[in-house]
Amino acid sequence: MAASPKFALSLRRLSCSPGVVARYAPRYTPAAQVRWNTSNSATTSATTEPRQPDAEGGVKGKTAAAKAIKFTSDSYPELQRDSKFSQLTQDHVKYFQELLGSESAVIDGVSKDASEDIEPFNADWMRKYRGHSQLVLKPKSTEEVSKILKYCNDNLLAVVPQGGNTGLVGGSVPVFDEVVINMQRMNNIRSFDEVSGILVADAGVILEVADNFLAEKNHIFPLDLGAKGSCHIGGNVATNAGGLRLLRYGSLHGNVLGIEAVLPDGTIMDDLCTLRKNNTGYDLKQLFIGGEGTIGIITAVSILTPQRSQAMNVAYFGLESYEKCQEAFRAAKGHLSEVLSAFELMDGRTQKLLHKATGKKLPLEDEHPFYCLIETSGSNTDHDSEKLQNFLEHVMETEIVSDGVLAQDQTQIKELWACREGIPEILGHWGGVYKYDLSLPIADMYALVNDVRDRLTEAGLVGDDESHPVVDVVGYGHMGDANLHLNIPTRRFDKEVEKQLEPFVYEWVQGKSGSISAEHGLGIAKKAFIGYSRSETMVKLMKQIKNLYDPNGIMNPYKYI
Amino acid sequence: MSGLRILVPIKRVVDYAVKPRVNRAQTAVETASVKHSMNPFDELSIEEAVRLRERKVPVSEIVAFSAGPPKAQDILRTAMAMGADRGIHVQLAEKEELEPLGVAKLLQKVVEKEKSDLVILGKQSIDDDAGQTGQMLAGLLGWSQATQASQVKIEGDSVTVTREVDGGVETLKAKLPMVITTDLRLNEPRYASLPNIMKAKKKPLEKKTLKDFEVDITNRLKTLKVTEPPARKGGVKVEDVDGMIAKLKELGAL
Ligand SMILES: Cc1cc2nc3c(=O)[nH]c(=O)nc-3n(C[C@H](O)[C@H](O)[C@H](O)COP(=O)(O)OP(=O)(O)OC[C@H]3O[C@@H](n4cnc5c(N)ncnc54)[C@H](O)[C@@H]3O)c2cc1C
Repeated sequence: MAASPKFALSLRRLSCSPGVVARYAPRYTPAAQVRWNTSNSATTSATTEPRQPDAEGGVKGKTAAAKAIKFTSDSYPELQRDSKFSQLTQDHVKYFQELLGSESAVIDGVSKDASEDIEPFNADWMRKYRGHSQLVLKPKSTEEVSKILKYCNDNLLAVVPQGGNTGLVGGSVPVFDEVVINMQRMNNIRSFDEVSGILVADAGVILEVADNFLAEKNHIFPLDLGAKGSCHIGGNVATNAGGLRLLRYGSLHGNVLGIEAVLPDGTIMDDLCTLRKNNTGYDLKQLFIGGEGTIGIITAVSILTPQRSQAMNVAYFGLESYEKCQEAFRAAKGHLSEVLSAFELMDGRTQKLLHKATGKKLPLEDEHPFYCLIETSGSNTDHDSEKLQNFLEHVMETEIVSDGVLAQDQTQIKELWACREGIPEILGHWGGVYKYDLSLPIADMYALVNDVRDRLTEAGLVGDDESHPVVDVVGYGHMGDANLHLNIPTRRFDKEVEKQLEPFVYEWVQGKSGSISAEHGLGIAKKAFIGYSRSETMVKLMKQIKNLYDPNGIMNPYKYI
Repeated sequence: MSGLRILVPIKRVVDYAVKPRVNRAQTAVETASVKHSMNPFDELSIEEAVRLRERKVPVSEIVAFSAGPPKAQDILRTAMAMGADRGIHVQLAEKEELEPLGVAKLLQKVVEKEKSDLVILGKQSIDDDAGQTGQMLAGLLGWSQATQASQVKIEGDSVTVTREVDGGVETLKAKLPMVITTDLRLNEPRYASLPNIMKAKKKPLEKKTLKDFEVDITNRLKTLKVTEPPARKGGVKVEDVDGMIAKLKELGAL
């Protein structure tokens, strides 16, 4: 569900009237309720920080070692291993060893104990999901991927495609004994055309590596996110990651020009097109963008990369209300139009917590209920500055913003961005965080944060001392993309909090025809909740696609739809 | 006594966060379409001048001065947004570079004309790292100087400057007029706030040329060649202690 908000909204208007969703939703809620009863660990569908609760349900201290993480199969007892899948044998392993040759390409936990080596591939970034896989394969070429998948399909071995393993919904790790196919050894940049800006690269290239490569050529990868040092561009495409540059450069659905992928039966789908226009039949590559590894493995992508901007400016504002934030956004679009590259929202609470957790001085002296960060990037400093000056004068004079600062150099640009990018990390300071990544109509975005805060406060869960599990209820996000991050920093994971949050948050989002997963995807975490955002018909059509491409269901089972 | 008249010379340099690259001809660092901003040490100077005023030291005027290309006006506006009262811009041609002695001579004239009694400069500018201008200026003026200040206190006409030295701090005391150069720990420069950026647009910015000053600023130094530092060689991974010892021997380190 990581389509660009505009795309998602129009789709929804076409296909799911509120009535349909309402009828459909109740079927999904019980799954969540079952999980509340299971244990004292965090089992909500919210994403969390990489810590696991200790015996008391507290979450202080270091991140959990992979081995201390609860098995997904225990947190989700209703999930059963599908008995149609074969058990791995030494013969299987031998086939892969001969196929891949190199010693390091196969981590074999079948014929010997390799649990230490396999754990990192079994556990996810949040330390929330953990599988039982005994075999990790690291192919080096598309042909190898093809042979692996064909063999797995013929022998009914389930697989999990894995990139940088930074996904936030548990999609990149196995649940039971699925074979992990990790793409890290497919890491070559295949070509770059300096005239068109089209980059062709293997799926396993790390995003930051790709961006640094492009920087040398004065280009920029049209996607940027906090996990850039680890995530793969193949993983980014598979999750249709949104991130910080979406407002300016659009979603991967538009920027990815071609994909090379391997289907479960070993077919190599060579659609590595480097054309911007190609209206010749169904655009099948789109199914792989945001497909989360459920219909095939992406082995390479070709992507249109824009020219890197020479001129960059960042301003940070304090505003007195959410209404003013919306006015500021409109004014920014009007005055800055094509040079506007980010418009981020942060509520005053996030900035206060940032100050509390880091001791860092905030850019503005006084406190404000809301803050916005805007970034412009363009090719001509003078041109941009002039536009920006006009915009700043306008928002100050009309009192849309109460106060603000403008970065005067690169260091200040970084510091101002840190006020936005530092939020996810510091929210973990008190223990755990329940995180929801939602698409909502801009006008309603912040009302959800207020409603959730009221609800938790009424239930007596929010407070300044240890007796209250919840530290605060905060909101921030990519306002330009109508993408809200609703975060609830807590001192410990608490079932009462979870009961108040779910399904309340999902029902609220459904009521506004929003999306319960704006950019992080479905994976295992959100699978049960798709009905809040997609109609029965839509899910049925999606299942048809899945069955068509993966009739044996070996690709990333137990997840997605 | 009437309030202090503070002069703060500032320079536009390649942004601190930009990795400098040597130009093709190996004559200088590439500056075309590279982000420029105020020399970070000069931000500290402006900030300190403004803080002196905020600490109720009587300050009658803070003048920001820059000799540089037309774009140096941007940093003068920034200085005024941070709190300087007015600016003086000596406009140089795009590639024209002054040497520290030339700048010091120029500043001497400015000090005389503006009747400044305190000059706060950065201890160095991060483009040439010469670190000489403040000292030369104090010499030309015959004033006291305190370099690399980490704290400045002014009471009446007595100035106390703390500077960090190896193994501790050194405290200097002198009488005005004087020259102070700033070091990193002196303060944390403020952001230019929007209301102040607006106000700064209306503050006076005087435009001058070198001719207005009648100083001999002829450059005396010649740059022979500019090269990148040698690239760092990648490391190697060894299997165990024996491997490491063998490697060190091989490299002649043992
Ligand atoms: C600190 C942090 C910040 C983040 N910020 C953002 C953000 O701003 N915006 C955003 O949208 N997301 C964000 N994310 C989540 C984001 O989805 C992932 O970071 C990234 O896109 C996943 O890439 P990966 O290579 O790590 O994929 P993985 O986590 O390894 O895999 C993710 C999914 O894709 C599948 N997959 C991976 N590679 C392939 C392949 N080659 N072929 C087929 N399927 C494949 C996996 O099976 C899995 O279902 C963030 C995550 C972290 C940890």
